[in-house]
Amino acid sequence: MALLQIAEPGMALAPHERKISIGIDLGTTNSLVAIVKDALPKVLADINGKELFPSVIRYLPDGRTEGGYEALEHVIDDPKNTIVSVKRFMGRGLSDVSHMESSPYEFIDEPGMVKLRTVAGDKTPVEVSAEILARLRQLAEDSVQDEIVGAVITVPAYFDDAQRQATKDAAQLAGLKVLRLLNEPTAAAIAYGLDNASEGIYAVYDLGGGTFDISILRMSKGVFEVLSTGGDSALGGDDFDQCLYSWVLEQAKLSPLAPQDQRALLLAVKQTKEQLSLATFASVHLTLSTGTVVHLEVSQAQFFEITQSLVSKTMASVRKALRDAHLQTHDVKGVVMVGGATRMPHVQAAVAELFAKQPLNNLDPDQVVALGAAMQADLLAGNQSKNNEWLLLDVIPLSLGIETMGGLVEKIIPRNTPIPVAQAQEFTTFKDGQTGLSLHVVQGEREVVDACRSLARFELKGIPPMVAGAARIRVTFQVDADGLLSVHAIEESSGVQTSIEIKPSYGLSDTDITRMLQDGFASAKEDMQARSLREEQVEAERLIEAVGAALEQDGYLLTDVERALIRKEMAQLHNLVQTERDSSIVRKAVERAAKTTDHFAEKRMNASIQKALTGKNVAEI
Amino acid sequence: MANLSASDNHFTFFGLLPRFKLDTSVLDQAYLAIQKEVHPDRHTNGTEAEQRIAMQLATYANTAYRTLKDPVQRGLYLCQLNGVEAHLETNTAMPAQFLMKQMEWREALEDSSEDLNSLELLAAEVYQAKQNAFTQLEEECEKIDYLKAIETVRGLLFIDKFANELDDAIAELA
Repeated sequence: MALLQIAEPGMALAPHERKISIGIDLGTTNSLVAIVKDALPKVLADINGKELFPSVIRYLPDGRTEGGYEALEHVIDDPKNTIVSVKRFMGRGLSDVSHMESSPYEFIDEPGMVKLRTVAGDKTPVEVSAEILARLRQLAEDSVQDEIVGAVITVPAYFDDAQRQATKDAAQLAGLKVLRLLNEPTAAAIAYGLDNASEGIYAVYDLGGGTFDISILRMSKGVFEVLSTGGDSALGGDDFDQCLYSWVLEQAKLSPLAPQDQRALLLAVKQTKEQLSLATFASVHLTLSTGTVVHLEVSQAQFFEITQSLVSKTMASVRKALRDAHLQTHDVKGVVMVGGATRMPHVQAAVAELFAKQPLNNLDPDQVVALGAAMQADLLAGNQSKNNEWLLLDVIPLSLGIETMGGLVEKIIPRNTPIPVAQAQEFTTFKDGQTGLSLHVVQGEREVVDACRSLARFELKGIPPMVAGAARIRVTFQVDADGLLSVHAIEESSGVQTSIEIKPSYGLSDTDITRMLQDGFASAKEDMQARSLREEQVEAERLIEAVGAALEQDGYLLTDVERALIRKEMAQLHNLVQTERDSSIVRKAVERAAKTTDHFAEKRMNASIQKALTGKNVAEI
Repeated sequence: MANLSASDNHFTFFGLLPRFKLDTSVLDQAYLAIQKEVHPDRHTNGTEAEQRIAMQLATYANTAYRTLKDPVQRGLYLCQLNGVEAHLETNTAMPAQFLMKQMEWREALEDSSEDLNSLELLAAEVYQAKQNAFTQLEEECEKIDYLKAIETVRGLLFIDKFANELDDAIAELA
């Protein structure tokens, strides 16, 4: 007989009523998934007790895939179909890919993003990442024995819009609702800051497998405010391996290697690098497929010397981030070290020297990002409590601009602007009767277009014909809390407002995503129609519940008539949801009911602002 | 944009008086207090309308905060609020004396682009010029002379641009 669980009145929600959401650190080398349990964040282990999930996917001829440790076993014997470090290719074109010469893959140049040729067909980095995310979701569901509501997925702070969009697309393919794309150093700051009740200015130095980030934050009274961020989205522990790899090739005078030997040597130097974090000497020992034996001794000093330029590069980013925050090194109270690559002694030494203080290593550098992501996921899922009354204010890492005459860039939103942010710009026509206008959006700090990353080119059409200079086209660039850009254009002068929503041209289109979803992945056996009806029903219930709670709390802001109207709409929606089986009808009803609450939501928000300011402005008046 | 009926402008939004002189710590506190209420992360379980308004208000708070935090932008905004526009695209005329000083600075930057000491001396001079202009701007605003104030703001925009270039040059050497 099953035992009934009975919760005391006023006690915490029963376990199954708690909304479960996960934090995912989608890393270049390894990924982790964490949840908050009993108010504590915890990294989840697989059935073998392993917490690190190698970010490796292997494609088999029959279309099946292997992931994690299972795939990792085949990196040497099946290098072309076993994809490692796929994060490096996210949102990247062929020309952006570094170390191509030592990559065993067959790359296919596609507009926007490269593809990788495997026995199971050509795969985008988004699809490969989705395979990793789907497995992490499964791991989490097996572990908590429940369905996962949503996820916070971390990205390098220095990821540009294309890389962020690619990550979000991958999550959608894996059937995960993205609650937030969270910057990795910010996630680490949350985990560290909440654990230590830190107050003041902190720096987070995050050197992962393939990316480097530096963020400067101010922590005060539960607010994590990012002041500046910088880095290099193509510099990480992998590059230290590459330096050592090239050095070995040169020292041993080896001719170009076969794919499996490339892989084997890369793995060998990676181990050597790790040994050199602990010992003053290590060796590279490997027998190639040609029978050649490679054997070299490397001293710690030699390794530091051949990789010193990489460390210096990170320190230049650190100084730039400090400058952007208008701070000096002595303003920084502590430097939190994140990412496995920060275990290298010369990295620790360089940070200690610049800041003239020992870096903080008291959290596991491999876990801290996932733990922070889990905390943010728990907060966003609505499990708010007195303990997690905190707020995160992040920034956009790279300036957004548009191309102007002569291939120059006009900055629209400068880097390190707090998000969400919107900026409008007015344009006009330069020819009589001109009905179109093309815009080119770029991201980066340089003044010439060619030195920045091209995000999107789009055409505004349907401008009413007018004399040159008469049209007033207002283009609004909006960056949301995920750091993602959307563009919105309106022609104002004609009185006819043409409104255009533009999705950037890179990344996957919605049809691509729909096709991939139908092709398999997370929702393979699920009836799409039933799923979308369920989603709409949940949405309706959520609305009714939220409005009910709002009326209870702030109903006094409305007149009796206004209150009655909202109550009536909600009651009608409630009745409809009980019987209606067509998801599109439910959706329309939700939209209509939601509209009647706009005015109320505005009133509530304004009231809460006034409340927040009360007592703060006395000195000023 | 949501109807910000509770406030007419960036200053009143933060419960401040529309003056150039500003205690930035009061602004910081008001900004954080408002973001704690309006940030989208605080409304993840709210209705769609609530989430949309939260997004708009958080966006507005960021814009208003950035404008008021930077004294040059604050001065520019205050002039605009009082009906005086800068017309930056069309009006580039500046007093001859001011232009001479700018040219002198630019030459000094070019001549000593490799000399950290000279650049730092120049930076100190530029910093002082900026502080003087702020004092002047504050007086002009207090006297409600926004036509004079906007000229000072236009000068400050030039000085700011140069200060950034100088800063970049110093960072290259440091």
